[in-house]
This record gives sequence, structure tokens and C-alpha cells, in this order.
Amino acid sequence: MDLELLARIAPFIAEAALVTLELTVVSAVIGLVVSALVVLARFSRLAPLRWAAVAYVSVIRGTPLLVQLFLVFFGGPQLGLDLSPFTAGVLTMGFNIGAYMSEGIRGAILSVERGQSEAARSLGFGRLDTMRYFILPQAAPLMVRSLGVNTIILSKGTALVSTVGVVELTYSAQRLVTSTYKPFEVFAMAGAAYILIIGIISLIVRMVEASFDPSRRAPA
Amino acid sequence: MSTQRPMVELRNIRKSYGTLEVLKGIDLSVERGRIVSIIGPSGSGKSTLLRSVNMLEEVSAGEIWLDGTQVNQPLSGRAFERHINGIRQAMGMVFQQFNLFPHLTVHQNIMIGPMRLKGLSKDAARQRADELLAKVGLTGKGGSYPNRLSGGQKQRVAIARALAMQPKVMLFDEATSALDPELVDEVNLVMKQLAGEHMTMLIVTHEMRFAAEVSDHVLFMDGGVVVEQGTPDRVLANPTEDRTRAFLRKHLSN
Repeated sequence: MDLELLARIAPFIAEAALVTLELTVVSAVIGLVVSALVVLARFSRLAPLRWAAVAYVSVIRGTPLLVQLFLVFFGGPQLGLDLSPFTAGVLTMGFNIGAYMSEGIRGAILSVERGQSEAARSLGFGRLDTMRYFILPQAAPLMVRSLGVNTIILSKGTALVSTVGVVELTYSAQRLVTSTYKPFEVFAMAGAAYILIIGIISLIVRMVEASFDPSRRAPA
Repeated sequence: MSTQRPMVELRNIRKSYGTLEVLKGIDLSVERGRIVSIIGPSGSGKSTLLRSVNMLEEVSAGEIWLDGTQVNQPLSGRAFERHINGIRQAMGMVFQQFNLFPHLTVHQNIMIGPMRLKGLSKDAARQRADELLAKVGLTGKGGSYPNRLSGGQKQRVAIARALAMQPKVMLFDEATSALDPELVDEVNLVMKQLAGEHMTMLIVTHEMRFAAEVSDHVLFMDGGVVVEQGTPDRVLANPTEDRTRAFLRKHLSN
């Protein structure tokens, strides 16, 4: 281990880690919006909307993220869609993770016992109110956990956008290797930076989860 | 006029799952303030019939009426949603598995319907909840979460929750079947009290003794049809049909 080298490359790694964090956050936000729309479609009364949602999720899950990224970044210009590497990256990853997130949200909603919605409906609550007041609050902890897992997967997936030229952690590390010839130190440090980012995400997820947990509420 | 109109009326109710017909043309008329018990072996269709009354189950054919309004109106989409939500507000339902909302306190379980659906103020809803909790013998439990309650207490809260909507009819779907034997009485007591107040009730039950005590009318169902019906004296004490006799023999020996 060359400690002096570590100190020298640290600023570059830190800067690149911020780009990775940015990619993760922007993609996650896009993913959340996409997943909410997919779930709405999935539970819609209109059959074509339900089919479209199922088809979307199958296509996304059935193809590699890397292929989706190349399709958007290299294939996009053919359709007049000339995106910067960063934009192509977050759009692809957002729409990709959105499909996975929607499955997590759907699973959380379906995990709430059927009797809950029957009780709400029998009182006279409509479909949307039943979701809002009874199903979603109960599905929330599981939903947050699954969104957290997906965001962690997403944060590591951002390494793929190095292939289209976004200077995030992985790409930055590769460049540092060519200038230092110390791949072990450089990639170990990059790995440590990923662990730090994922640690932050896990911490946030755990805090949000705890705030939903009824067992932590003071018994009155 | 309106006193002669039945509170609940079922006309030729049929229900099929695919090719399996579980209700084969049921007629039932429940006058205001009357208590009707529906008994029968599991799979006889009695729960399905009860759940058809507020359309938790959709029927394949027939008419359901509540106090002069048709419940299963041929409306579609939002119009039907509005219609059925209004109807359901007038029918309280109590489930075998209680189905209390675990994320809400006892108070909130009872108050949320009146507040969100009937526009009651928080204070008014709270007052109504406390009155109902007193009625079901659970004064002081308002702040508890359901997971702190026994089965019998849960079911009594569920009854209070249904009553908070001030329904015209109460539907009980095997309200005591999931309870430990020593907790059955406290729930039956509340139901008897309601009977004494002339609440119109439809009760699906396995408890013959309770049915005999509270009912004005007993329906014995088997295989999706009403085999025998009449006063408890007639149906439970002096049944004429073999199937009723066989069923009662099995149930009373337990």
C-alpha cells in the first residue's frame, strides 16, 4: 500500500464519488416517478393500461441495463435524440430502476391483507381513499425497504455509465490507474467510496423505515 | 308505507365462480328491527350470501334491496362507486378476522369513517367513539393499538367501528368463529344488546344456541340453496328436513 499515493488520489476519488452520488440521486428520483406511474397503471381499472405496465416491466427486466444504455446513447441520435452522456445515463437508469421499484411497491401493496381493504370498503370508503388511508400506510415500511434495496443496486449500477464517458467513480479510477500504475490502491479506494455511498443510503432508509414502524410508537 | 317495506330484501340471488354455482336462487326478506341468522355447513354459501348484501361479492343474478334502494344497480365506473359507497355507509359489517386497522389506534379506527365519510368534526367523532366504546365495554381503550387487545376486545372495537357510521343494518360474518371459547360471550353479549335495541341484523353463525336465543328468523342453507327457514323454534328445535336434522345433530353434539 502506497499511502502517499492514496492521499494524492483522494481528491480525484472524492470528486468522482460526488458524480456517482449525483447519478444515483437523479436516477432514483426519475425511478420513483416512473414507478409510481407504473403502479397506478398496474392497478388501473382500464385493461390496456394494466397490459402496458406489465409489458414495460417485462421489457426492462428482460434486457441488460448496458444494452438499454447503449440503445439510448448510441441509438438515440438516429431518432433525433441527441443526449449528453450524463442525461442518457440518468434517463436510462431511472426508467430501468423504475420498473424494479414498481414491482417492489406492488409487492408491498399486495402484502397488506385483503381483509383490510374489505373493512375499509364495507365502511363506504372508495378505492382511492382505501389506498390512501389504509393500504399505503400499512405497505409503507415494506415499500421503503424495497425502494432502499433498489437504490443501493442502482448506485452500483451507475458504474455502467462509465462506458459512455461519464467521469464517475469507476471511470475516474480507470483513468487514475493509467496515470499511477497502481490499480490495487486506486480500485480499493474507489470501492471504499462506493461503500460509503451505500452506507449513507442504508442509513437514510433505516431512519425512514423506523419512523413508520408502529412498534416504535409509544403505546398510549 | 315505509314501515312495511323490508329493510333488506334479496330476490333470486345467484352467484357462480366459473361453472360452480354457489348460490342457486336465494330469496330473503328482513323486516326493520328483525334479526335473521343464517346457518349451514361450511361451503353452503352462507358467507357468500351475506357478503353479497353489501356487494363485497358481486352476484351473477338477482336483486338486492336496502330500505327501498336497489343495491346492485346496473351503473358503471364512477357512478357505481359513488352509489355503492353510499349504500355501504348504511350497512355495518363485522368480519370473522376483525380486520381492525393495525396502524390506527382504537379511537382512530372508530373515528376515521365518520370523519372522512360523514364530515364529522374530530370532537364529535371522538365523542361518538367514546360513547360506543362505553357501550361495548371498552371505556379507556381508545388510545391502544389493536395489537394490544384480545380477540374479544378486537371484535368489540370492530362492532363499535361499524356502529359509528350509524348503519341501518348490521352484517355479522361469523363474528365469534375466530375467538377463543372464553371470549365468545363478551361479543355475543354486545350483539344481544344490539338486538335489544332493535338493530336490524343479519348473522352468519356456527353457534346454534346463540342463533336460537337472538333470532326472529333462521335460515338453514346447504349447497347454495335455502333448505329450511322459519322461527328458531321451528328450524332449530323441530326441523322437518333431513339435511337440517343431520346438520344440527352434528353441531349440537360438539
